Amino acid sequence: MKQRRTWWNTGIGLVLTALMLFPIYWMVNASFTQDRYLRKTPPDWFPVHGTLEGYRAVLTQQLPYLGNSLVIGLGAVALTLVLSAPAGYALAKLLPSGGGALSFVLLIAQMIPGIIMAMGFYTIYLDLGVVNTAGGLIVADSTIAVPFGVLIFTAFMSSIPEELTQAAIIDGAGSFRTFWSVILPVSRNAIVTVSLFTFLWAWSDFIFASTLDQGGTRQPITLGIYHYIGNNNQQWNAIMATAVVASIPATVLLVVAQRYVAAGVTAGAVKD
Amino acid sequence: MRLRREVVGWAFCAPVVVYLVCFYAYPLYRNLDLSLRNYTVRSFVQGDAPFTGLANYRTVVENPTFWPALAHTIVFTLVSIAFQFTIGMALAVFFNRHFRLSVTLRALFLVPWLLPLIVSASTWSWMLNSDSGVVNAVLHGLGMSPVNWLTSPRWSLISVIIANIWIGIPFNLVILYSGLQAIPSTLDEAAALDGATGWQKFWRVTFPLLRPVSAITILLGLIYTLKVFDIIWIMTRGGPTDSSTTFATWSYRLGFGNLLPAFGPGAAVGNLLIIMALAFGIVYLRLQRKQQAA
Repeated sequence: MKQRRTWWNTGIGLVLTALMLFPIYWMVNASFTQDRYLRKTPPDWFPVHGTLEGYRAVLTQQLPYLGNSLVIGLGAVALTLVLSAPAGYALAKLLPSGGGALSFVLLIAQMIPGIIMAMGFYTIYLDLGVVNTAGGLIVADSTIAVPFGVLIFTAFMSSIPEELTQAAIIDGAGSFRTFWSVILPVSRNAIVTVSLFTFLWAWSDFIFASTLDQGGTRQPITLGIYHYIGNNNQQWNAIMATAVVASIPATVLLVVAQRYVAAGVTAGAVKD
Repeated sequence: MRLRREVVGWAFCAPVVVYLVCFYAYPLYRNLDLSLRNYTVRSFVQGDAPFTGLANYRTVVENPTFWPALAHTIVFTLVSIAFQFTIGMALAVFFNRHFRLSVTLRALFLVPWLLPLIVSASTWSWMLNSDSGVVNAVLHGLGMSPVNWLTSPRWSLISVIIANIWIGIPFNLVILYSGLQAIPSTLDEAAALDGATGWQKFWRVTFPLLRPVSAITILLGLIYTLKVFDIIWIMTRGGPTDSSTTFATWSYRLGFGNLLPAFGPGAAVGNLLIIMALAFGIVYLRLQRKQQAA
């Protein structure tokens, strides 16, 4: 009886998952189908008229965009880690007065709509002359992740046993040594979680890219896709192929680091 | 010793504090400043825009787009949340049955949430395409007439809401599922022994116990849905004729969508949006604090 109910549930689960993931399947399907067969009714449910043309278009036209996104994503990760790990350590272990206020400000900061940040950044970047630069975009993208990073590091480092830091202090280590050689090495999970989410958010960012990097020579993949869509003669095969390639980091993330993902969603509960 | 600890503590926080001032507070201040001045392209470069007080806000409120945009923002947010939450809850309860493959399938449900929004938005644009979209093909197969999902003012808002619900389901599922994990299974078993049906168990046991988590989920959902921009802009650009314009897309269009940017009014709309988001934000933080204290 019990056994049968489990299989029944698995069956329903498979159907629900298939329904939920259908749009993704449809994207992949279109990415492999020749453009002229995409326009027919009823549509082909499988890429029977298969082609790799879309992916060829990605290789010839979108490679620079993908490279830029990689650089911008890694830059945002580095910046976010450097800023948020020390702050997390302070808020978790050194507990300076006013630390609570800082956490509060960080929570509020997460709620600010991206469009407002984008407009503020735009005026500042005009003054500084850094509109359309990769560096400017890295800084702007990091604002999506830094508050999240501090909160994750604080939560994680709070759970590191006090004995560990005490032992380091007795051994004569200063706060910086303790942070660097005791706290950081055991905080691997937090580092992975923060890095993964920061990279994903920077990689996915559209609002900062489309405002601060509109005329740049180093545009990320989100703008690559956007230019494709904006094109009147929409080539859905190429658009969907690019979309599939742009989804690779998210997919890799889910496969490689599933437990970190679920932890990140529940702990930070943020997404722009 | 105490003083030393304070100094060292703040030294570790210093980079983030400086960062918050430069890259959060200052852009916000500049945005506020933008909304209180009459900027033109020329004054933008020269930096001599005259101070005009609340004139931009008056312009915005008197603009014919204001009330529709406000209504769309509210409808978009509330309808999205209602569906995301209900579906997320149903799925969380379902996955809490722990069947074979349930862990894997639950993980797969996260995919829509992790995809770049431009990917989801363009995929939905493609599926809702009037002539060759799969949704209209299915409608056709069912003997119904096709719908101009993205190009008719009647359907555009509904279309972007559908896409947004799809994106938001995983978030609701994960948070509510983690809430369910915290409910001891003995309660469920006790209710079952008392002869409660599945439906009764949900409404009498699970749902009341899940109320704190539900409140947090919905409030976070409100905050994040209010500022949704990418989906709407990529799918419809707020159109046709403002039919899917929300505050977020209107603000963007004013500032960046036209050849002649209207930064002042754009910033004003953005600041109205921030007030709405922060109002919910403060409710959220108070609620969270109360729950931590309890």
